[in-house]
Amino acid sequence: MSSTAEKSGAEQSLQQPREKLTFTRFLRAYGTQLGILTVFAAMWIFFIVAAPTTFLAPQIYLAFMSTIPFFAIVALPLTMLVIAGEMDLSFPSLMAIGMVAFVTVFNATGSVLLSLLAGLVTGFLAGLMNGVIVVGIGIPSLVVTIGTQFFWRGAVLVLLGGKGSTLVETRETFIHSLLVGKLWGIPMQMIWLVVIAIGTWVLLNRHRFGANIFVIGDNKQTAELMGINTARTRTLMFGLVGLAAAFGGILASLQVSFFWPSLGDGYLLRTLAAVFLGGTSVFGGVGTILGTFIGAFIIGAIEAAIVAIGLTGFWTQLIYGLIIILSVSMHAILRKRIG
Amino acid sequence: MENGYRLELRNISKSFGEVQSLRNVDFKLGQNEVVGLLGDNGAGKSTLIKIITGYHHPTEGEIFFNGQKIDHLTVPKARDLGVETVYQERALAELQTLWRNIFVGRELTNAMGFMKVKEMKAETNRLMLESMGFTSMAVSPDSIIKTFSGGEKQGVAIVRALYFDAEIIILDEPTMGLSLKETRKLLNFVRDIKAAGKSAVFIDHNIFHVYSVADRVVVLDRGKVAGEFMTADITLEALMEKMYRVAETGSFD
Repeated sequence: MSSTAEKSGAEQSLQQPREKLTFTRFLRAYGTQLGILTVFAAMWIFFIVAAPTTFLAPQIYLAFMSTIPFFAIVALPLTMLVIAGEMDLSFPSLMAIGMVAFVTVFNATGSVLLSLLAGLVTGFLAGLMNGVIVVGIGIPSLVVTIGTQFFWRGAVLVLLGGKGSTLVETRETFIHSLLVGKLWGIPMQMIWLVVIAIGTWVLLNRHRFGANIFVIGDNKQTAELMGINTARTRTLMFGLVGLAAAFGGILASLQVSFFWPSLGDGYLLRTLAAVFLGGTSVFGGVGTILGTFIGAFIIGAIEAAIVAIGLTGFWTQLIYGLIIILSVSMHAILRKRIG
Repeated sequence: MENGYRLELRNISKSFGEVQSLRNVDFKLGQNEVVGLLGDNGAGKSTLIKIITGYHHPTEGEIFFNGQKIDHLTVPKARDLGVETVYQERALAELQTLWRNIFVGRELTNAMGFMKVKEMKAETNRLMLESMGFTSMAVSPDSIIKTFSGGEKQGVAIVRALYFDAEIIILDEPTMGLSLKETRKLLNFVRDIKAAGKSAVFIDHNIFHVYSVADRVVVLDRGKVAGEFMTADITLEALMEKMYRVAETGSFD
């Protein structure tokens, strides 16, 4: 990120060991990010060798940029939540409940803008509810969000009678092309993903909120002794995950011009895999936005690769599950080594 | 400043559910005074200091800073009033960098809450060279705290307390886990606080440490103040004798 720390060495004369130390320091600071980049490059080369017709054609990359953002947009704030030592398994259902609000408002008013706002607000509030239960009542977030996952999925089915809803009328609107149109041939959802990635990076690394997130996940008692409002920070973070889930759900639905009540169902595994593959520690306190961003593309590419290489789609779940287990274990082992 | 005390606690009680850890405690800290807080495990020392730092809220009683009554003391409010603490558990975020630990909870930011990272790193670098005595080249503001030795970690906790212009410095068992040399450095540091015209509360199991730096010693026993002595008026032997008696009988006589 920056090298302002290098000044201190200027007065000190022993230069040779300093070089080495700077290098190891660099490795320690950016090791996980280098690791994920290496994995990314290695897998890419492997895919190209294994299925050259697929992975040397530009179409596959346009397809990635069109579909990966739907869950990558959720994976980014989820990374921050996991760094804070919490977990959210309810986001697939939050993607859908946001769309219920969208569809309801759209059918009543015909305004895409109002529908968009209603969807985002609903997702944010549902996320905040997770936070209020976790923080206020003091139940582990893993348990709370398993509950709310079923609750919100049930609410979606009850409210819409289990039926989907067409969104064909949203086409031709400005907001539709702003959200899922194309800019110079690039899908707009990809541009939104980049914007949100930069936004979350700044929030996590350059804002007080993110600084608090790191300390809370590292050592909650320290955070409290140092005067950080851990309840407010964590609650708000759950809200942000809900907000992103609703946004991802809206993008995914507008893309296909239809809202399926099962929206989000397939995203749980791949979103978590992106976060953990990206080097975020399941124990909290450590994680990067860049890691998750690249992790999401590796995960997205794996699905295409499995099919292109000639395996059946049945393999995807098995491989995603394996990736979660391996990356979480690797992090746990590394953590013991460094300590 | 009507009564001249930097800090005064009146009739403080604190219970956690069924357990009453402090009972009607009165505690005063003068201007430029170092008070040693002695007492056995579970005497209520840590509870008392966590009330002063705003972490715990007393069940009963009043808190005065410079003669002014403060209601609903919180950690940020106590910090604004100039209370800085070196905690027993050091209160460090071990997986984070040095500069983040120095500024934890009050990062230098602009009005929108965006951090001035360069300034904080530069400031940390200055503190490292001037105050923490880190000359090892392996340490930089970007070093992870986990890799530090016990003495280095304590140094971080102390420098953090001092950086923010404290008026009252509270040290909760600061010598725990320190080497002899590091302990001597720490005791000199407490003397420096006094010389700089500030006040301190020094908590330690070790009666020798407390006696050697405190102006006054307050003895807590089972949540009550068992007695207090000016170190100038009592010999170390007499104080130790009294401490043994308190531990056995709960009173000095």
